[in-house]
Amino acid sequence: MAAYIAKRLLAAIPVLFGLSIIVFLIMAMIPGDPATAILGSYATPENVAKLNADLGLDKSLPQQYLIWLGNILQGDFGRSYALNRPVLDEVLERFSATLILAGTALVLCSILGLLAGVVSAVRQYGLADKAITVLVLVGISTPSFWLGLLLILVFAVKIRLFPASGMYAIYGGGDLPDLLHHLFLPALTLAVVATGVIARLTRTAMLEVLRQDYIRTARAKGLTERRVIYRHAFKAALVSVIPVIGIQAGFVLGGAVYIETVFQWPGIGSMLVNAISTRDLLLVQGGVVVVAAAYVLFNLAADVVQTLLDPRLR
Amino acid sequence: MKKLLAAAITAAGVLLASPALSQTPPNVLVVGQIAEPKSMDPHAVTAVNDFRILVNVYDGLTRYKDGTLEVEPSLAESWTISDDGKTYTFKLRQGVVFHDGTPFNAEAVKFNFDRMLNEDHPFHDTGPFPLAFFFSAVDEVIAVDETTVEFRLKEPFAPFLSNLAYPTGLIVSPTAVEESGKDFGRNPVGTGAFRFAEWDANAKLVVTRNEDYWDGPPPLEAVIYRPITDANTRIAEMLSGGLDVMVEVPPDNLAQLRDDAAFTVHEQAGPHVWFLILNTKEGPFAKKAIRQAANYAIDKKALTENILQGTAAIAAGPTPPAFAWAYNEELQPYPHDPDKAKQLLAEAGYDGEELTFYVTEGGSGMLDPIAMGTAIQADLQAVGMKVKIETYEWNTFLGKVNPGLEGKADMAEMAWMTNDPDTLPFLALRSQAMPDKGGFNSGYYANEKVDELLNKARAVTDQGERAKLYKRMQEIVHEDAPWVFVANWKQNAVTGANVENFKLQPSFFLMLQDVAKP
Repeated sequence: MAAYIAKRLLAAIPVLFGLSIIVFLIMAMIPGDPATAILGSYATPENVAKLNADLGLDKSLPQQYLIWLGNILQGDFGRSYALNRPVLDEVLERFSATLILAGTALVLCSILGLLAGVVSAVRQYGLADKAITVLVLVGISTPSFWLGLLLILVFAVKIRLFPASGMYAIYGGGDLPDLLHHLFLPALTLAVVATGVIARLTRTAMLEVLRQDYIRTARAKGLTERRVIYRHAFKAALVSVIPVIGIQAGFVLGGAVYIETVFQWPGIGSMLVNAISTRDLLLVQGGVVVVAAAYVLFNLAADVVQTLLDPRLR
Repeated sequence: MKKLLAAAITAAGVLLASPALSQTPPNVLVVGQIAEPKSMDPHAVTAVNDFRILVNVYDGLTRYKDGTLEVEPSLAESWTISDDGKTYTFKLRQGVVFHDGTPFNAEAVKFNFDRMLNEDHPFHDTGPFPLAFFFSAVDEVIAVDETTVEFRLKEPFAPFLSNLAYPTGLIVSPTAVEESGKDFGRNPVGTGAFRFAEWDANAKLVVTRNEDYWDGPPPLEAVIYRPITDANTRIAEMLSGGLDVMVEVPPDNLAQLRDDAAFTVHEQAGPHVWFLILNTKEGPFAKKAIRQAANYAIDKKALTENILQGTAAIAAGPTPPAFAWAYNEELQPYPHDPDKAKQLLAEAGYDGEELTFYVTEGGSGMLDPIAMGTAIQADLQAVGMKVKIETYEWNTFLGKVNPGLEGKADMAEMAWMTNDPDTLPFLALRSQAMPDKGGFNSGYYANEKVDELLNKARAVTDQGERAKLYKRMQEIVHEDAPWVFVANWKQNAVTGANVENFKLQPSFFLMLQDVAKP
């Protein structure tokens, strides 16, 4: 197992390396440069050239890339042009906010999705199944940024039960209840689509398993229905649902971009959107590399969990 | 299982739904900003979003008189200008100290400008200073004595006093720069009415009352600036009571807030102009009559009232009325007259040639550029001009327009916000300001008389004399129509009912020195 994990981690290095080159090239190819973005109306060729020189952007592309790579290997991600602060500080701060949001959403969608899927499968074509199916379809088809605004309108503006935006109260607060209070609406919004997907797949997987011979055997042995479903069927179905949750983790991280903007959540998604529009190359590079590394780790974790659950893969 | 779940949900509900803190405390003003500030170093930033905070933490040698774009003394008590317009001598206010306790004096002023302008200065590397060219006319700064400082200019430069009032001219504490180095922008120290307290990245920036402020301590104990990039979210925060002030309200929401007694809507026209650059070098717009026809054909009233929903006024010429002293009151906007436009087109022999029109998706001061572009296309089509729109993202757009329209397009949208009536025409209407010479005259307008007037206006220091020159320039440019003059944006803000003495300024800065919130 340890050898497998080590092999996977080593394989991630060329992926991250290639990715950083692609991001670098894309940022170099899109029109506009940081100096033009910073100067706005005042971007005369003269001013742009001077600012680019001050920012160290007057060197050739390969030179810029190698300098960046050399610095990264020493743990220096550089300084953001637009924010005038070390890239790593900003990226780690933002990424931990995203992890809190996405992590909560992932836990929410896993619990709700698995629960709904199991109930749906056990009560196939029953009232609960039909209700869940309708809800799931609505959930999957609702654009999450719109749902977010709707929730803000109802729960922050009309009923004033939850704050409309931010991660902590701006005065007082700062503790765990404050965080949860701010987290509830965005995490719920972010979880909706993934909940739907997981529910559908759990339902299918459960139905598949429930038709297996060993389930009939288990029932014939006289086990209680609850034991049959949760101990025998659910555990087997979980094997095919876990990778889906792993993939959903990716989608949830991606979806966080919109949700962070709607709820003003200080996460990495909104940071990247801003960084791209200000052509803040180092910040984009640093952000993408960290997010990509996280993706690799999440996928690895999902595979490892699956291997542990499924003896056939060992 | 079910009971356990129900208990868990109830517990979570109780925990999560603790009543939202929706009311902000008294004497603390919460301001909804449009983005995270980039830096609190006034010499390192370019965005109005940052200026809105900086002008409350720092002072300049001069500042804009309340409600105008005319300068008055601030950290400088008085000044004299030499007859040749090249030496400015400032008498500094005595007894002013920075928030870190160090004295404000002539050496401090010298440090500020040397850091920005002199590449050999030991703290020049705390930049870059993108707007340092505002002071590129400065040759040398001399600290004559403790309270006298002299600026020697390379050439007469009339906008100098106005540029000193701009955030790029705000005075920072030299000691703090020496201590913080590159991180000064995160540990700002000035002389202003509020001192910097805390910056929690992407959540809030807090400033507190400076009890020792030379102009009298402000009524507010603290101001909290919150970055909320999404306009809808900003509105939701305002409606839910999480903000006391929000700036840049989208036109769609303004009407709703106007009808609500819990809020006050503020509007103030600023030094902004929205226009179309016409390619005067080639194609149909090389002819003056056709440029005038475009000005007659476009229904500016419909644009400002329907698309911008009254958040802008119709522009008459190249200079916004906010520059009251330099604005030519006699100038009338081109009326919407399609028949006159058709007549001019026929007389000029317009043959129905298709025009390429660069439109942007958004950008600083661009208001609602796609909807505006489409409406303009329809207006021109109505008088027989075929227009093909090409839309670009803002930075890409600038990369296409700034190098000049030749061989690419006949017209392009553009907007400018400046602090002196000199800036825009000097950079965008002189024949010496063509793109290949480092200017913004992307439509290649050239009129010797305009060149002469603008060059002269820079050299005279008497405001009345300058005003005459600018007024004459506006008449000529209005007649030559190198642009279609469209709109002057009105800045807006909404405040909660308990916010007192709030006022927007034509400079678009958010001055909070007199604001109270009992």
